[in-house]
Amino acid sequence: MKMFEYMGKELFAQFGLPVPKGRMVTAPDEAAKVAAEIGGPVVIKSQVLSGKRGKAGGIKFADNPEGAKAAAEELLGMTIQGLPVNILLVEEKLKIDKELYMSITVDGAAKAPVLIASAYGGMDIEEQPEEYIIKKHIDPELGMQVFYARDIVRRMGFPLNSPHGKQIVKVIQVLYKIFIEKDAELVEINPLVFSDDKVIAADSKVTIDDDAMFRRKELPYVEERSATEKAAKDLGLSYVDLDGDIAVMANGAGITMGTLDTIQNFGGTPANFLDCGGGTGREATAKALEILFGLNPKVVFVNIFGGITRCDDVAGAVKDVYEARGGFPVPLVIRLVGTNQEAGRAILKEIGVEAFDFMQDGAKRAVDLSKGQA
Amino acid sequence: MAIIIDENTNVLVQGITGNQGVFHTKQMLAYGTKIVAGATPGKGGNVVEGVPVYNSVREACENHRIDASVLFIPAPFTKDAAFEAIEAGIGVVVVVTEGVPVHDETEIAAYAKRKGAISLGPNTFGIVSSGKCKMGIPPNQYFVEGNVGVVARSGTLTYEITGNLTANGLGQSTVVGMGGDRVVGLTFIDVLKMFEKDPQTEAVVLIGEIGGNAEETASEYIKEMTKPVVAFIAGKSAPPGKRMGHAGAIIERGKGTYKGKVEALTEAGAKVAELPFDVPALVKEALGKK
Repeated sequence: MKMFEYMGKELFAQFGLPVPKGRMVTAPDEAAKVAAEIGGPVVIKSQVLSGKRGKAGGIKFADNPEGAKAAAEELLGMTIQGLPVNILLVEEKLKIDKELYMSITVDGAAKAPVLIASAYGGMDIEEQPEEYIIKKHIDPELGMQVFYARDIVRRMGFPLNSPHGKQIVKVIQVLYKIFIEKDAELVEINPLVFSDDKVIAADSKVTIDDDAMFRRKELPYVEERSATEKAAKDLGLSYVDLDGDIAVMANGAGITMGTLDTIQNFGGTPANFLDCGGGTGREATAKALEILFGLNPKVVFVNIFGGITRCDDVAGAVKDVYEARGGFPVPLVIRLVGTNQEAGRAILKEIGVEAFDFMQDGAKRAVDLSKGQA
Repeated sequence: MAIIIDENTNVLVQGITGNQGVFHTKQMLAYGTKIVAGATPGKGGNVVEGVPVYNSVREACENHRIDASVLFIPAPFTKDAAFEAIEAGIGVVVVVTEGVPVHDETEIAAYAKRKGAISLGPNTFGIVSSGKCKMGIPPNQYFVEGNVGVVARSGTLTYEITGNLTANGLGQSTVVGMGGDRVVGLTFIDVLKMFEKDPQTEAVVLIGEIGGNAEETASEYIKEMTKPVVAFIAGKSAPPGKRMGHAGAIIERGKGTYKGKVEALTEAGAKVAELPFDVPALVKEALGKK
């Protein structure tokens, strides 16, 4: 789950990491009020879950409350990369002497957290040459010991005894604490700025591990999925919108990807990615099928190789949907093998549905049907 | 031979009394797995499918020789259960559970490494030494003994490809599921090294997917291998920035792409199959069979 910048900064502040003075608002009048409280030049930042916000014109500056109100009026209602701007963050405009980069994420290959830092942060961090990017893996059994933080500061080229050096050591330690205690997949500050002798987090990007949300109830919930993606998520399934006309359901992320690849290989276009794996029961599978029919595809392709998923559950779901709807609005092609295969096929037979043995045959048939070939 | 587990492996099932635990204990027994004990806190003294249940892993270990443990434990409790098995000195821990928090996965991997245990998963279908021992959830009938080693991130895709191998007369030595999550125990290289040493294995099938750099890293080792490697990479049609189910399966900032992986593998001498069902023909070719 991605958090809005203002939420990330609230989290930073909670842990004692310095952030600019300011608050989130949703109306121009509030923006003026916050600017008056701050009492000086302010920055008004669109809160959207997308990068490149500055380049898209989603950040404005104002010298007084009236200016802040006008800027807020312009920003609210804008869309940035398809996302509407409904929330703004109004903050003091910092005096920026230098911009750094700092983040912690999980490196799957190293099976450890990795800290990434650069003395050259800001908008173009991705274009910085490798030698300006410092990476340090953190032994998960040690955690963020202070020696790690000191060594990062040394490698960034800042004197350890300087006010900036000392503050960066603290920032690194706090950032790691947030990363662990809030089950984050990513905590990023870009830029981390020098403002006179202070070090301040001028931005925040925090992504919380979806799998850990059950124990992170204290965090605000941010919805970033489409309505269909949300409906699937509520069933415990993984779903992604694509733009073709063959609705696809398979059991397992890998085979679902393989199914999409196969459909494309035969010249078809998948409408979605839907993984109904992991022992999804009959009822949830039926609801998932309803989601697929709701996409108004030309054909629905179900590709099941049952392991923990049982063929009789899937076939039962197909039958339930068939009976509830009094038939299928568009053709349904199913490939069904694996655990409880025979029981599953017997159920399908009751409604006159024949299952394919092989994925390529089923995929080919689905593609033909999507092109109007019988 | 086979790798990691074989016909002499004594298996413990943690979470044996749950729905999945009961169902898959039955399936594993039917495959021939030597399940000697189960463990569920508070359910000690019960018997599931003829297998005695204990309250803790330690208690099971006091009563049986245990070589490997397979976990059917809900995600919030998985870390504790995996620690319990590793702490008890069990050498192979297979974590089937999906949805384990990534920081828990990191801790499990680190602890297993420190104690010298092999950990598979989380989010793995398990491991099958075909014809000898199955730990996990794959359907039994597709795993037949032979000389092809299979290593994969993804479950169902592995059944698909293994089923195709079997249908084409190509049995398997061992089929290893590393797990689909971002942080898992074994890596491709770990498993490839074991297959390279295993006398039963004559060729290896590597089933990867987009995202991360595990396949690229594996390519470095494939260059040194004497045994042929055939690969399939899922996610050719996946758009960048969209996470395809597995925590690892996402193309981020142009890294972990299908093209990059295929190039790395091909350059290392592996044959890459376009589609899952093209794998058997490439394996036959690699083994010099018709």
